[in-house]
Amino acid sequence: MNRFAPALLDPAAAVPAGLSDARGRSAKRRFDVYRNNVIVSLTEALETGFPVIEKLVGAEFFRAMAGVFVRSHPPVSPVLTMYGADLPAFLEQFEPVAHLPFLADVARLELALREAYHAADARPIAPDALTHPGLMEARIRLAPATRLVASPYPICAIWRANSEAGAPPARGGAETVLVTRPDWDPWPRPVSPDVARFIAALAAGQPFGAALAAAGDALDLSAVLTLLLDTKSITAIEVPT
Amino acid sequence: MTKPIKTLAVASAVATALAAHAAQAESHEGANEKCYGIALAGQNDCAAGPGTTCAGTASVDYQGNSWMLVPAGTCEGVAWEKIIPGGRDGSLEALDRDVPA
Repeated sequence: MNRFAPALLDPAAAVPAGLSDARGRSAKRRFDVYRNNVIVSLTEALETGFPVIEKLVGAEFFRAMAGVFVRSHPPVSPVLTMYGADLPAFLEQFEPVAHLPFLADVARLELALREAYHAADARPIAPDALTHPGLMEARIRLAPATRLVASPYPICAIWRANSEAGAPPARGGAETVLVTRPDWDPWPRPVSPDVARFIAALAAGQPFGAALAAAGDALDLSAVLTLLLDTKSITAIEVPT
Repeated sequence: MTKPIKTLAVASAVATALAAHAAQAESHEGANEKCYGIALAGQNDCAAGPGTTCAGTASVDYQGNSWMLVPAGTCEGVAWEKIIPGGRDGSLEALDRDVPA
């Protein structure tokens, strides 16, 4: 087995010894078919998981790049649901896309959307629970689907321009994207840096008051609370006793 | 800000947020529902990513076990038969019809 798997990923490697067909002959051609199917199916998994990256670099380039990625990053789990988690880091190092420095962060956004899709369901709080007098000391638990992706590039605009018909072309600078899943589908939207700091502090388990301090005085608190309520992102308010 | 003033500001922000959220919730009351049996092949909603079986995978038109999101209240009993041939109707539950073998 420890020779079988590496030989699957390396087209130049010899067919592992001991493989034979029904008549006892070497199974080289059969092994080649299997070798090809492994690469093709993993490449298709990446195409499904990163449609915007595929669109940005083109299908032909994407398949060639996927071949390099798949051989250097074989799956570590038999479940392909989250296959490709290493692609953003790979894109940062992959010389042929060095002229597209935003690719890695767009891939991080696509991964975050996929994670949000597969995250556990959670029931949102009744909104008036926020009126608790101990709110400042309370910890706010966010829905498991909640994700923040920060980038020096306008990744949400890039994602939208390549995902939605009629979306305007991407422009602008740094964006931090909040991913939520109010119902069935993940929903990305850019948020301001102070909103991002507030939500990141809450997600890190800091009390409400500390998260406010981390966000700074310019934070529009009512707007961010409305956003979190509308997206069903607050699932518990834990007041210390 | 001193602590009491800050607490007051937070309480007022919470009140504003509750009002805004209530208005939003009313206008979006059950904004969408899953409607089975109305999507064209490959046009069903849900993009679950690799390793799953539902990403635009409906292989026949109006496949009974694939769904798309429609505004709440417009799935069942509404004029789908005028849009979809063969007197088919949408359903909030998965259907047995038009399921490929």
